[in-house]
Amino acid sequence: MKTKENYGSAILSAFEYLLDNYPEVFVIGQGLWSPWYVGNTMKDLDSKFGKDRIIDTPVSESAVTGLGVGASLCGSKPIVVHPRIDFMLYAIDSIVNQAAKWSHMTGAQSHPGITIRGIINRGGEQGAQHSQSLHSWFAHIPGLRVLMPYSVADARDMLIAAALSKDPVMYIDDRWLYDTKDELDPISEKSISEFKPKIIKYGEDLTIIGSSFSTKLALGASLELEKERISVEVIDIRTLNPFDSKLLIESVKKTKRFAVIDGGWKNSGFSAEVTSSIVESMEPNQLLSKPLRITLANSPAPTSKPLEDIYFPNISSVIRDIKANFFL
Amino acid sequence: MNDKADLLTRLINPKEFQEPLDVSGYESSFLYETLYLMTQIRLAEEKLASEREFGTIGGPVHLSVGQEAMAVGISKNLNKKDRVFGAHRSHSHILSMNPDFHKLFAEVLGKETGFSRGMGGSMHLTDKKNGFYGSVPIVSGTVPLAVGAAFDARRSGTNNIGLAFIGDGAIEEGVVQESLNLAKILPSPTVFVVENNLFASHMNISLRQPMRSTCRFAEANKVENLLVDGNNVLEVYEKSKVLINNSRNDGTPCFIEGVTFRHYGHVDWRKDVDVGVDRSQEDIEEWMKRDPIQRLSIGMFEAAIISKQDYQNINDEISQDIISSWEKAIKDPYPTEDKLLTRVYCNED
Repeated sequence: MKTKENYGSAILSAFEYLLDNYPEVFVIGQGLWSPWYVGNTMKDLDSKFGKDRIIDTPVSESAVTGLGVGASLCGSKPIVVHPRIDFMLYAIDSIVNQAAKWSHMTGAQSHPGITIRGIINRGGEQGAQHSQSLHSWFAHIPGLRVLMPYSVADARDMLIAAALSKDPVMYIDDRWLYDTKDELDPISEKSISEFKPKIIKYGEDLTIIGSSFSTKLALGASLELEKERISVEVIDIRTLNPFDSKLLIESVKKTKRFAVIDGGWKNSGFSAEVTSSIVESMEPNQLLSKPLRITLANSPAPTSKPLEDIYFPNISSVIRDIKANFFL
Repeated sequence: MNDKADLLTRLINPKEFQEPLDVSGYESSFLYETLYLMTQIRLAEEKLASEREFGTIGGPVHLSVGQEAMAVGISKNLNKKDRVFGAHRSHSHILSMNPDFHKLFAEVLGKETGFSRGMGGSMHLTDKKNGFYGSVPIVSGTVPLAVGAAFDARRSGTNNIGLAFIGDGAIEEGVVQESLNLAKILPSPTVFVVENNLFASHMNISLRQPMRSTCRFAEANKVENLLVDGNNVLEVYEKSKVLINNSRNDGTPCFIEGVTFRHYGHVDWRKDVDVGVDRSQEDIEEWMKRDPIQRLSIGMFEAAIISKQDYQNINDEISQDIISSWEKAIKDPYPTEDKLLTRVYCNED
């Protein structure tokens, strides 16, 4: 029996499932009693599950995230919500120094099974400090798991797997995906390690790799290119850390051309990790063309509308860049 | 408030409070155990100082010699289901919950048999089953974790508390203010313990803060607080008992500041006289007359609870334990190479 969901309601379904089935789950963060903060993804959770499990907080990203880490060491399964990743930077110590390293530096005797939900909330002329994703930073850190769902099913299932994981997980969702629709099977719990990169469209001539909203761009561009008889394989990365590039390498060995789309900056960004992990596994003559990275320009997000329009890649800019790079 | 200001003036003057402790009214066994535990911590850390100087220990050790009354006075009010967190200077804290020399020495030497299985060293200690959840060297890093651990205790329907041992330097980190506010408003039964040794690394508190007491941060957040003589183990014990029990019963936070002094410098075996600012040999010598162990032991001699010979025997017995624990730790194995990667994630699948 399938249910109709969109990306936002799928996240809400995951919260409801977790709160219904796991008393040790609680959710804490700013704006949770005022759900316009987080779209429809947490609607009415506070009235349904109580304000002692859905906890709105002072403006204290650092202490609230640290609270989640501490509670997770004692058996709770906290989900800390940051309605914008930009503000979450105040919590870097709790995430990078404490949660990510705790297992290793205690000899794997205790594990902070915290989930940190960071929301990408950009566009609409919001500018430099209301726009960032920063997944590349977190993917750099051993000990953190970093998930970025693109599909509606993953938005739901990865949040459940994240909350049930014993490791600290950064779950990053993008508000630009909230209206994506799909029909989903009933929930069945999956291990977090199942969410490896996945081929979401098969093709022969070119592989395009993305994550989160960039996967949507990749798929949109591939469908246009298909009309011109260019067969594109699309891979959704899903889990950035720990990163498993095996499927990407296999795909590129077949198509011999690849492009990476990433919602971060090019400089030391995740697109570089993807590119190098593929290239270092190929012989020099195995590629028919130089690889392509499509990323943000190396500047903070602008507020001015014409600049914003060129700052964020869209389907037509992706098609333009791909044609130029691969002489298609 | 004036009382507190007067007390502070006296507490920061090392010529005050040098007299032996008045031990009347205490059970002999309690006094004996307290003295024994403080001496264990002292001698274990003296061992670490000498082995670090000799070069057997490869990494830094931050010693709390001189500050033992805080760890011991507080821990006498805790149980193994409480959730205690520490910082860079936490040998005393972990030993006060479980004086296992071998595990501490093995950890400092990076051995598999250590408190953190050789993965943490002196600055990342854990002994969860005895209530010591973890210490880290990022100043104030564990403070919000203690708030969360306390919050979990309350959520789970227990009367256990979370506790963070910090120094006067940590108070200058913003997250401590956030944590006090959050613990108050939720509420969460978090015990904030400040060992105010008047120095953050090299720098005297008078050069870092407008006041030499940190209680004002608790006042500002309406958190119950106390200023105590941090070198009087009986006072630390008695006064913290009241606040800690309130936290247990009401689920609310409290804040205990003890003024104390470390005999060694910020790190390792050196005294660091004027490496920093405002730390002279005369100060150290004066402070050593306010030594918390000496004040208790002399108080016990004067009350004829133990003799000097008894105390010498205690020292000899502990020293013997230390030697055998050290020898065992030295022979223990290091973590095997695979542990570099297998302990990063839980590997649940």
